[in-house]
Amino acid sequence: MNIAVTPPLSNGPRPAMYYYDTFDRAFVEERVAQFRDQVERRLSGALSEEEFRPHRLMNGLYLQLHAYMLRVAIPYGTLSSTQMRQLAVIADKWDRGYGHFTTRQNIQFNWPKLIDVPDILQALAEVEMHAIQTSGNCIRNVTADHFAGAAADEIEDPRPTAELIRQWSTNHPEYCFLPRKFKVAVTGAEHDRAAVLLHDIGLRIVKNAQGEVGYCVIAGGGLGRTPMVGKIVRDFVPRADLLAYLAAVLRVYNSYGRRDNKYKARIKILVHETGLDEFKAQIEAEFAALDRSGTNADPEEFARIAAYFVPPEFDAGASSAAFEAAKAKDAGFVRFAETNLSAHKAKNYAIVTVSCKPIGGVPGDVTSAQMRLLADVADKYSAGELRISHEQNVVLPHVKLDDVHALWQALQTAGLATANAGLITDIIACPGMDYCSLATARAIPIAQAISTQFADPERQKLIGKLGIKISGCINACGHHHIAAIGILGLEKSGRESYQITLGGDPTFKAAIGERLGPGLEADEVPHVIENLVAIYLNERQGDEAFIDTYRRVGQAKFKPALEREVEDGSHL
Amino acid sequence: MAQLKHPQILFANDLKDGEVLFLGAKGWVRDHRIAKIAATSEEIASMQAVAAVDLAANRVLDVYPVDVTLSPDGHPEPIHYREKMRTLGPSMRLDLGKQANGVEFGDI
Amino acid sequence: MALISEGFFTENCWTLLKAEEAWPFNGDILVPLERAGEAAAIKRVGRLGVLLPNTAKIETVVPLFDEISLLAVNFPAFSDGRGFSLARLIRRAGFKKELRAHGALVPDQYASALACGFESVEISDERAIRQPQEQWRAAYLARDVAYQRGYANVGSILDRRRAAK
Repeated sequence: MNIAVTPPLSNGPRPAMYYYDTFDRAFVEERVAQFRDQVERRLSGALSEEEFRPHRLMNGLYLQLHAYMLRVAIPYGTLSSTQMRQLAVIADKWDRGYGHFTTRQNIQFNWPKLIDVPDILQALAEVEMHAIQTSGNCIRNVTADHFAGAAADEIEDPRPTAELIRQWSTNHPEYCFLPRKFKVAVTGAEHDRAAVLLHDIGLRIVKNAQGEVGYCVIAGGGLGRTPMVGKIVRDFVPRADLLAYLAAVLRVYNSYGRRDNKYKARIKILVHETGLDEFKAQIEAEFAALDRSGTNADPEEFARIAAYFVPPEFDAGASSAAFEAAKAKDAGFVRFAETNLSAHKAKNYAIVTVSCKPIGGVPGDVTSAQMRLLADVADKYSAGELRISHEQNVVLPHVKLDDVHALWQALQTAGLATANAGLITDIIACPGMDYCSLATARAIPIAQAISTQFADPERQKLIGKLGIKISGCINACGHHHIAAIGILGLEKSGRESYQITLGGDPTFKAAIGERLGPGLEADEVPHVIENLVAIYLNERQGDEAFIDTYRRVGQAKFKPALEREVEDGSHL
Repeated sequence: MAQLKHPQILFANDLKDGEVLFLGAKGWVRDHRIAKIAATSEEIASMQAVAAVDLAANRVLDVYPVDVTLSPDGHPEPIHYREKMRTLGPSMRLDLGKQANGVEFGDI
Repeated sequence: MALISEGFFTENCWTLLKAEEAWPFNGDILVPLERAGEAAAIKRVGRLGVLLPNTAKIETVVPLFDEISLLAVNFPAFSDGRGFSLARLIRRAGFKKELRAHGALVPDQYASALACGFESVEISDERAIRQPQEQWRAAYLARDVAYQRGYANVGSILDRRRAAK
């Protein structure tokens, strides 16, 4: 029997990513049919809203402030040009011509109609995409390093692992009604770009003393109301046992996670309240008792999946002559090259970060025209492949240095060439109260104001890498807890009020930011950021990043940033 | 007759398209300025009863009362900034949401 | 209460014994776990079933296996998925008789319940009216291959992939 693998839908290069086989295809199509039926039953009243809601959520459909919102999964942030084009089609046909890239590597459409969603899901299925489990109390999109398969510091591409977990967790009969959502991240490089210490489960690809590949398992990290850094629960789980081990963790969580209080229902609370040693003992007991061989993936299956991710053949003869020549002629290009490129494992290649943070723009929002351009440049310059980072930017993973200038020029035509990757204007912001029904304050206008304030490229360069992240409520979807400068939007006396936190870190040196002081009015925020930057520049030694200066000098040094002059000239 | 602390209007969402609705004099409207205003607890209760019928008939969802003040033209304006946003749309995309149909933004 | 088996409403000969109720002499009786201990002293005719809270510890359940004909696990709310894990533990401990999901389940969870080892589902009469047999039967027939191995699925995608090589 021949398992039909989906042929490429475009004439461009076929990116090195997972392609559905007959079974994957059938699954997604069945799911679309199922949801179509559920919508009909909801409209007829056979399903009450309360009964429909978990199914609506498990297909990624939220009801937000102004409309429904559909969150489409982009597994571990990897996207083909074909898929990107279809997202543009969906934006135009069923939405308002744009989409929003999220802090979990997904895309959100803000204006779908319930009655159109089955058709949207059908359009997604046609390009091997879906919105399954992007919401609800189940295992969500497994995220991974957005430089996977390309980074110079990579030990192993985390995406085959992420794909394995994605399949295992899809429509899992036992784990779809967990106490709360469950987020998994995988990293396979020396530097962690997936924030594995801040997830319900973080996996770090490691090798043991015998040189065997396996995973260091971290559990109980998370942000939200009670941010916590995850703890190592197992130094080494052999590759072959990964699914069984995850099953053990999930079974412990499903059985014992709190269900009495929505804000205490994540696994991080269970780890904290149980105690790490007891929690580990419970996992190990379950791991010992369960039928490992019945749960684990076949090593051949892992190999089958991994084969899809073998990177394209890189041109050993690639040069950087054109790249250097272009830099010599164009200061603007130099800025882009210095800021938006990251080291690639192949000689004279680069990973290009396409900033979705134009100065004064909405972080992470991309129009359908921009999506089409991104698809075109991906085909032309990046082997047909794109990534969405959890920093709400797009990544072109495999670009020859000599193509970067032409790419940059193409990006400029679509307002996608902002040279600010990792800089102060590369702000991460959740949709906040402009869109989200959970929000307590707006986040986007704050991002826009700060971005505009610091627009000057020379000043940005002087300040260097500085991550600002903004959340519009305590759920922390903007990841403000792990920002060098975090901003949390709350409500105080009927007005929006913003709290600053400092010293957060999403990497292996994970840290939760510390609150600087009382909340600010919206219009005070840019000024306070200005003060913080001034203090930083004053204290900085050498080319220390903000986070390093902060760690060295301490928070007290930054308190004066909050001082405000009152009318009579005195300070608050 | 129990006077409400603030006059109120009733918000809901259209089940099919997700848009914000307001209970009007006869059925649901999409412009909050012509929403029916309740001044007493009996009035809001009877409005809730009307809404309950449409909730049960799967036309609307998420029905709740919102405190308003009255503009000089007699239009209801939500007091809380969150509910005000729901009558307008995203604050940085004036081309989207109800505000695109001529509802004015102003200061929230 | 309505009983669903293979997607059909079937005759339910089981009665649920409520908290303070006296044991009836005749009939198949489903008793809450905390009253299961009373059974030994009661002379009666009929089968015994035990209704477990979804927080029951497997160690307290295993000793009951031999005496009972039916184990039911309570689902207090359809969003509470603890019963699915408990069912797995019960089957793993060797229980081979009827295992029933009892309470607040919707047809869309039927496949999961069966995959986790439940044989039947019991719901309130009120739910049975709102979620008629067609929905349960459709859910039963729609079961298809799943990604996960080791569950009582129609089949696993992994096994199909292996077979197709």
